[in-house]
Amino acid sequence: MNDIAPTQAERAEKLQGLGCKRKRVEDIRFTQGRGNYVDDVKLPGMLFGDFVRSSHAHARIKSIDTSKALALPGVKAVLTAADLKPLKLHYMPTLAGDVAAVLADEKVLFQNQEIAFVVAEDRYIAADAIELVEVEYEALPVVVDPFQAMAPDAPILRDDIKDKMNGAHGPRKHYNHIFNWQVGDKQATDEVFKAAEVTTKDLFVYQRTHPAPLETCQCVASMDKVKGELTVWGTFQAPHVVRTVVSILSGIAEHKVHVIAPDIGGGFGNKVGVYPGYVCAIVASIVLGVPVKWVEDRMENLSTTSFARDYHMATELAATKEGKILAMRVHMLADHGAFDACANPSKLPAGFVNICTGSYDIPVAHLEVDGVYTNKATGGVAYRCSLRVTEGIYAIERAIEVLAKKLGMDSVDLRMKNLIKAEQFPYRSALGWEYDSGNYHVALQKALDAVGYPALRVEQKARQEAFRRGETRELMGIGVCFFTEIVGAGPSRHCDILGVGMFDSAEIRVHPTGSIVARMGTKSQGQAHETTYAQIIATELGIPADDITIEEGDTDTAPYGLGTYGSRSTPVAGAATAMAARKIRAKAQMIAAHLLEVSEYDLEWDVDRFTVKGLPEKFKTMKEIAWAAHNNLPPGLEPGLEAVNYYDPPNMTYPFGAYFCVMDIDIDTGVAKTRRFYALDDCGTRINPMIIEGQVHGGLTEAFAIAMGQEISYDAQGNVMGASFMDFFLPTAVETPKWETDFTVTPSPHHPIGAKGVGESPNVGGVPCFSNAVNDAFAFLDAGHIQMPHDGWRLWTVAERLGLHA
Amino acid sequence: MSKVHVKMTINGREVEALVEPRTLLVHFLREQLGLTGTHIGCDTSHCGACTVDLNEMSVKSCTLFVVQANGAAILTIEGMAAPDGTLHALQEGFRQMHGLQCGYCTPGMIMRAHRLLKENPNPSEDEIRSGISGNLCRCTGYQNIVKSIQYAAAKINGVPYQEAAE
Repeated sequence: MNDIAPTQAERAEKLQGLGCKRKRVEDIRFTQGRGNYVDDVKLPGMLFGDFVRSSHAHARIKSIDTSKALALPGVKAVLTAADLKPLKLHYMPTLAGDVAAVLADEKVLFQNQEIAFVVAEDRYIAADAIELVEVEYEALPVVVDPFQAMAPDAPILRDDIKDKMNGAHGPRKHYNHIFNWQVGDKQATDEVFKAAEVTTKDLFVYQRTHPAPLETCQCVASMDKVKGELTVWGTFQAPHVVRTVVSILSGIAEHKVHVIAPDIGGGFGNKVGVYPGYVCAIVASIVLGVPVKWVEDRMENLSTTSFARDYHMATELAATKEGKILAMRVHMLADHGAFDACANPSKLPAGFVNICTGSYDIPVAHLEVDGVYTNKATGGVAYRCSLRVTEGIYAIERAIEVLAKKLGMDSVDLRMKNLIKAEQFPYRSALGWEYDSGNYHVALQKALDAVGYPALRVEQKARQEAFRRGETRELMGIGVCFFTEIVGAGPSRHCDILGVGMFDSAEIRVHPTGSIVARMGTKSQGQAHETTYAQIIATELGIPADDITIEEGDTDTAPYGLGTYGSRSTPVAGAATAMAARKIRAKAQMIAAHLLEVSEYDLEWDVDRFTVKGLPEKFKTMKEIAWAAHNNLPPGLEPGLEAVNYYDPPNMTYPFGAYFCVMDIDIDTGVAKTRRFYALDDCGTRINPMIIEGQVHGGLTEAFAIAMGQEISYDAQGNVMGASFMDFFLPTAVETPKWETDFTVTPSPHHPIGAKGVGESPNVGGVPCFSNAVNDAFAFLDAGHIQMPHDGWRLWTVAERLGLHA
Repeated sequence: MSKVHVKMTINGREVEALVEPRTLLVHFLREQLGLTGTHIGCDTSHCGACTVDLNEMSVKSCTLFVVQANGAAILTIEGMAAPDGTLHALQEGFRQMHGLQCGYCTPGMIMRAHRLLKENPNPSEDEIRSGISGNLCRCTGYQNIVKSIQYAAAKINGVPYQEAAE
């Protein structure tokens, strides 16, 4: 009867499971303009909120006059700190254990800080009303430099905590100090440095930048006073956490708060936090009893809701003359702005920046981070970098280059000499992480072969000689980066958000006819979860991915999870998905045994069915089993076929990669052209190679933007200088280099399907690779470390400083 | 504020409305007509998420008053598929070549590519890159958007799509 039965391979292909370049499910609606983003939500009677913002970076508010605004037809309310104070909502707790002002209370601490929230019938009237609110300020001295913030005579920024010398992370050294965080063995490290043959020390500044997703942060809050229930649609990367926070802040029981994250137009870390706009829209809806929408504009987005980096990293390496690295010592000054609203696990005030020993076997290390307040925007999110990993990897990958130059070695040889060897995994780093797996030498060698590395160095040498002879005005730079990521936050022993462990979840329901709906605690912002989670289930359960619907983002229906950021969806919720599917498969095996009248131990799993061992013609498909689960079960077994799994990962995952960049810099214009960029990524088991490649392209483009031009800068008065797309560099298709991608596969030993996550690797590896290329171009002229961003103007000034224009 | 009468054709359908003179075209499309496929990303004409086709030109609808579009023929993403639901070659191309991720820039990107291919049915890669340089994408790095447009061009021209060697 099975003469024309499809082969195993044919059946597997039909599933579109793991490893398939499955086309994205999401695209069907997005290409037709049928996405449903927050600003598309329109409710009857909905009002529109907008902010009056501070023109000063540091000032006392002497008075706020809202009378003219309130008199404007169509204006329904104007909220100020005075209105929120009785509700104790003028401040809100931050993820970092600090508080942040919702509406400025007596004083403003950064430019564009929220002062009043105007609620009106439409967004035009709200914009008019903002202009009518009169705020009188008394200007105060401004601090934008984190080094100056710690000076003995620096102005006091946070009046609210100036006498509280014990912060959320221990003692504070100064009224503008937030925390001091130390990891590693200081004494042993200092001793190695004292005796070392070769040492390096540089200050690497990772400038302030911003994730700038194309859709800004926004929400619609709708209080149903009759039912006593609040519904909030918002751009939330972590909707369940938002529900918990909203419940705690509002006093509305959690089951009466419905948080919905619909389609999200990019996140990159920007949409993890809770912002004053959300709180004010919710308060306004509760007070007025009608829905209130808040949508930030681009200037508000770039200047208020989160920033990234602003790390000032004094980085030292100690090594032998032969190039064996003996120790690393780093001091980082972290500028967290006016409030510490950094998005990190509660116990880790600088995230995973202690990954800064990178991919190298460094026996001893010490890291110290001091967080400080300045008159700059608050936030401190992981802009596509898994919680401060990109800062740490930038430090080590620049330091390696500096050390190689000092030793007179090729930096690739220095890396090869110090990379952690395959047999050393699992590897315990000097700063406390246990790297789960890696095969670094193989990956680096593959990359070297692919780019023809020796020939590039020969060409570079020839070009340098031609440059010295005056035959060319271009400098050739070769950027190298070997990075290790740390993602999948995370094991609840290390990681929690406001006390909630950073597990994640999946719930799978098989319907009687064999199709599936599955829901996760994460939330895609473009990563295509609807496509890829279905592939995991397809392979685990033998049901075609096209018959599986994935839903996320509705806290009423999805199981509790900590959301999507830090490349955690695949490592954590992806693991939960596989584990929940395995529970279903175990039950299906019992049902199949019953149907086939054999012992379940006599069955084996075969792509989409259970087959009696040795009798391949005797089988039951998962589809048949699904039907039986609803009508023909072994005695005593409960009906139905569904499972839920909450997955607390045993460890983080550690993707890695080897990147190469070839760049030509015109010293007369400062313009840098990327001739070639090659990225080899190892993210373990590959779920959908098409989507991985897309993630790498996007991450590299963001890395290119950060390294080559992005900066949110401030003048001495605290005026934010880069808060529009005119000033803040987002590359177009013209500037963006072409990307070559490649891979190796080293599965994670502790993840159910061996997957590690990939979305942030290209940002972590890409930024140092570009910066190394620029620095490498100028290195033969002894330029010293050149700070990012490497835009045309700055590169021209480097050439000018070196006397190349004479 | 007194209102102004406007009349235009949107996706082949006659539309009449009373609008405030200061109403932006993008708000009119999204909020009055419910055509929410056109997006707002920057408010300053840089990102192109709001790109629509107006009288056979690409325009950024966040920087145009509705009254300026009075009498115009406008095409938005909602009007790209055929009445029977068959997708436009660009809509198909963006899916086949993985030319989108979060989807927020996609409608504007497709509308711009549509006009580009009308102006230049067989563009080179550089011409595509320059032709879409008024539209920003934060997710894809553009490489697959270029391929998506090449795929669509081939389909419209009735030739097989061949991926360029890299």
